[in-house]
Amino acid sequence: MEGIGLEHFLTVSLLVFALGLYTVLTRKNAIGILMGIELILNAANINYIAFARYGGAGIDGQVFAVFVIMLAAAEAAIGLAIVLGIYQNFESIDVEATDALRY
Amino acid sequence: MSLSVVLFYSFALFTVACAAGVAFSSSIVYSAFALMGAFFGVAALYVFLAADFVAAAQVLIYIGGILVLILFAVMLTHRIGEVEVSNRSVGRLPALIVVGGVATVMGYAVRRTAWPVAGSLPDAPSTYAIGNGLLGPYVLPFELASFVLLAVLVGAIVVSRKELKDSRG
Repeated sequence: MEGIGLEHFLTVSLLVFALGLYTVLTRKNAIGILMGIELILNAANINYIAFARYGGAGIDGQVFAVFVIMLAAAEAAIGLAIVLGIYQNFESIDVEATDALRY
Repeated sequence: MSLSVVLFYSFALFTVACAAGVAFSSSIVYSAFALMGAFFGVAALYVFLAADFVAAAQVLIYIGGILVLILFAVMLTHRIGEVEVSNRSVGRLPALIVVGGVATVMGYAVRRTAWPVAGSLPDAPSTYAIGNGLLGPYVLPFELASFVLLAVLVGAIVVSRKELKDSRG
């Protein structure tokens, strides 16, 4: 892999992060926002693993990435449970319509 | 250009294109399937970075777990007929300004920093080292992770169950 270095992976990660941030900022649909968060977590994971490969610090980055994947799964489960609860109460998952803590 | 370089660029382009599909698609279902492509592309990049175990975990957990959960939630919260209008995005211009600013600063940092590149990991199976790490220096976060997963399991059930009406008022 001559010519492919750390910066290439960091650039891909930067683009994925920017698109995820754009998704989070513009979506009104709560599930769309969760998708944006997943993109951001993936971008962070690319960085972890790229630094683990090129930084010379052993396997630590990959272990961190495994923990991030675990927490992303937990976050998705809880987040989607909350979204379904919101949908039962409000008949909508538009984040601007759900402005009351108690229905 | 060798084959691996061509493959890297095609996977990177695929990943970014799928992420753009998530961000700009007008249908939430199309967004979900574009997200699947993005997860696959990121898994391919992990293989390029000699992270075979994390790549497999990415496919199993993200695509097999999280994406299926997201698709379930999409199907449960939308009448299929109106998915076209359900993925509205608002405030595009301020969002573009914020994202452009953040991306510019981060891109500047990526280009200008002299990253300390100290050799690269060998292209060897990483499961042995990860397993040793999880039961060695990382045993406390590992146990905490199992506790977090238990709490999430209970919490998801509590949040999503139907609330029982208390007959005594």
